[in-house]
Amino acid sequence: MALLETRALTATYGDFQALFGVDMTLDAGETVAVVGANGAGKTTLMRSIAGVLRNGSDQIRFDDEPIGTLPAPEVIARGIAMVPEGRKLFPSLSVEENLLIGRYGRAVEGPWSLNAIYDLFPVLKDRRNSPGTALSGGQQQMVAIGRALISNPRVLLCDEISLGLAPIVIRDIYATFPRIRASGASIVIVEQDIGQALRVADRLYCLMEGRVTLEGPPAALSREAIHAAYFGASRS
Amino acid sequence: MDTTAPGWRVETRTTASTVFAGVLGLAVAMAVVAPLFVSRGTVQNLFFILTMLVLAQSWNMLAGFAGLVSVGQQAFVGFGAYAMFACVILFKLDPLAAIGLSGVAAALLAALTSRFLFRLHGAYFAIGSWVIAEVVRLLLAQWKALGGGTGTSLPTGVTREMWGVGAVGHLFGLRPAQATDVVCYWLALVLAIVTIGFVYRLLRSRQGLALAAVRDNQEAARSIGVDARGLKTFVYLAAAFLTGLVGALIYVQKARISPDAAFSVVDWTAYVIFIVVIGGIGTIEGPIIGVLVFFLLQNMLADYGSWYLLVLGLIGIIVMLFAPQGLWGLFANRSGIQFFPVRRMLRGGPISIKCKGGPHG
Amino acid sequence: MNWLDTIIQGVLLGGLYALFAAGLSLVFGIMRLVNLAHGDLIVLAAFLILALVTALGLNPFLATLVAIPIMFGLGWLLQSQLLNRTLGPDILPPLLVTFGLSIVIQNALLEGFSADSRRITVGPLESATFALGTINIGVMPLLTFLSSVAVIIGLNQLFYRTSLGRAFRATSDDRITAGLMGVRPDRIFATATGIAMVVVTVAALYLGTRANFDPTIGPARLIYAFEAVIIGGLGSLWGTLAGGVIIGVAQTLGAAVNPEWQILSGHIAFLAVLLFKPRGLFPRSAE
Repeated sequence: MALLETRALTATYGDFQALFGVDMTLDAGETVAVVGANGAGKTTLMRSIAGVLRNGSDQIRFDDEPIGTLPAPEVIARGIAMVPEGRKLFPSLSVEENLLIGRYGRAVEGPWSLNAIYDLFPVLKDRRNSPGTALSGGQQQMVAIGRALISNPRVLLCDEISLGLAPIVIRDIYATFPRIRASGASIVIVEQDIGQALRVADRLYCLMEGRVTLEGPPAALSREAIHAAYFGASRS
Repeated sequence: MDTTAPGWRVETRTTASTVFAGVLGLAVAMAVVAPLFVSRGTVQNLFFILTMLVLAQSWNMLAGFAGLVSVGQQAFVGFGAYAMFACVILFKLDPLAAIGLSGVAAALLAALTSRFLFRLHGAYFAIGSWVIAEVVRLLLAQWKALGGGTGTSLPTGVTREMWGVGAVGHLFGLRPAQATDVVCYWLALVLAIVTIGFVYRLLRSRQGLALAAVRDNQEAARSIGVDARGLKTFVYLAAAFLTGLVGALIYVQKARISPDAAFSVVDWTAYVIFIVVIGGIGTIEGPIIGVLVFFLLQNMLADYGSWYLLVLGLIGIIVMLFAPQGLWGLFANRSGIQFFPVRRMLRGGPISIKCKGGPHG
Repeated sequence: MNWLDTIIQGVLLGGLYALFAAGLSLVFGIMRLVNLAHGDLIVLAAFLILALVTALGLNPFLATLVAIPIMFGLGWLLQSQLLNRTLGPDILPPLLVTFGLSIVIQNALLEGFSADSRRITVGPLESATFALGTINIGVMPLLTFLSSVAVIIGLNQLFYRTSLGRAFRATSDDRITAGLMGVRPDRIFATATGIAMVVVTVAALYLGTRANFDPTIGPARLIYAFEAVIIGGLGSLWGTLAGGVIIGVAQTLGAAVNPEWQILSGHIAFLAVLLFKPRGLFPRSAE
């Protein structure tokens, strides 16, 4: 049984429908990547799972429990933590306070204590009292990830963590993923950088215009298939 | 691709509005001759209704159309009234002339206070407007020549000798006091018509469209070249002018003034806000409905002192929470009817557009 | 006129105005809500303390301690049941609903307690003074000022040293992302208003013991509170204290020249600051 799954997930913004029946599963210990062009519905999918958007009750199941209608505070309490698109650090909080607030809704003992986070991202320890937003993009991304990890989540949702970052910074951040996986978290990443997604994921989903157009382990997917699923059938 | 789209027009006229225009003309005609047929008490009640209507339409223009929520319009009621008293008592002017000057005086006060007030926004603008009203009240309470803190009365007989009162008394066989009431009533009627006409024309003009844009999203409006500050100042001054005029008129009729009464938050702001909220904020029809409901409520509950205000407050809260469009809004949303048509509609032209070729064949 | 004495009286008076303002500042900082009934809630709390003193024979300070949890609960209910419904992009509903609430509270108090002036007596403390050099300092005014300092220190501790304070600041920054952290905005807002009502109760004690009060004096307190917040600058509680002191000193100086000018002097000081420093004296730079 999957740890997290979506069944025929639909999502609308007013009159505009963004997701048309998306089926996705995440097994315990897996890393799943969701790729697709801008507007394909990737962030909508993340926000639906995280509880920012409300969906049909049974359309999202976590540990075989329906969570589709739950608001975000109740989703994090159950152990699904999100690293939101754009980092979204709190300007009024210092780096350390930004990390600590990740624990507000879920104070569970586990491998990710404050010190463990500083161990994972040593540069943050030196800047612990700076305002959250005074850091570089890459460092802010580390804070955002740490903020999600400190709740010792069972599922980590990472929405576009490479956005706006230099390649070497992206590489350094993804280099920490093995440690995150080893601590027991299952991960869903949304990525525009397909190469990075293929390197780190056990399985890949491709979204286009709100629908799943391709899924499978990276080894089984050809470049042509991914290209077609990402951009749609070529038009003459 | 070949499209033909001739003959599109932007219109505001609807069937309902045309019918209403006829009804309105009839109502105005009846209102004009009313004093000849109804009792003096009724004339005074109508005067009250019309003056509250002017105040309500002005406040609605400020808050509902321009997004400037003021809790301090009593500043202009009081200042206009005191300007009138000053003109009559100190400069020996005729009260009617004084009323006109009072409107101008109120507008000048608004020009001055807007410099402070427009530095504030939202709730802080609201309280700031209240502070300004308090400052004006406290300053005028120092003016000994006009009675200081306890106030004063108009010299006896001054209202009986106003322009027009003598003629009206002669024409219709009325005693001077009654003739004064009638003249004041007609002035109130004219002021009400002018106010509604002004607001209506404003909304239908380009400035009105710009105003709606500013209220909805000021930054976006400015980015397309709307002078938000200028528009808001214009509306603020216009509302002050009208409020000052009606304040002066009200106190010509009362003939006695004091700072606490002329600057009363309850009489000139609380009642007005409730009228507009209950009737329907942001529409011209709303305040009209609101004034009638308010008048009926006041008659029913006048003997109950603070219970009356309590009930009014509760009704206002409930309406704001559950029917924020007010009574008129509830009706208009279901029926789509507008009596004062300000919604712009695209009319005329063909429904279909012929189209050949394209990405899908 | 003894300048020093007048200024010291003004500073101490500023403590009272800072107490009026602290609750307002707190609520606005977190949820951008200005409660136009704030002054009337202070008066309501004063009547509550008075009722407890009369009915239970309690000392006013003890009565205040009893009143505090009651007012906290009232604030919590007010926010969660009524005011949370008004929050949103439109500025009209919170303004008009709290204005209506102001009218309702005033008239309910008038019905319940009549328009008579009341006073909460603290016996000999009322007129007790002690000498500091050539100046006589009233014990109650000094206590008021020290209480306002204590309240501000307490609130700052809450904001900057506790998990709840972090949640307050995060919610004020970004409500949705705060939700991702498990912060429930509705509950945070209700807690904030509850805490503001605790401050209001302390303010009510000093209001009621200092001078006579009746159901209609609420709006004037709201105005002083608002002026103190604006002068101080949004987002700074110490700034609010500074704002209160400036108004207090302006009032006592004005009164020393002519008693009729007391309130006007405070307003003029406010307008002067607004003209030259529209963002206040110590605005939080993030605004």
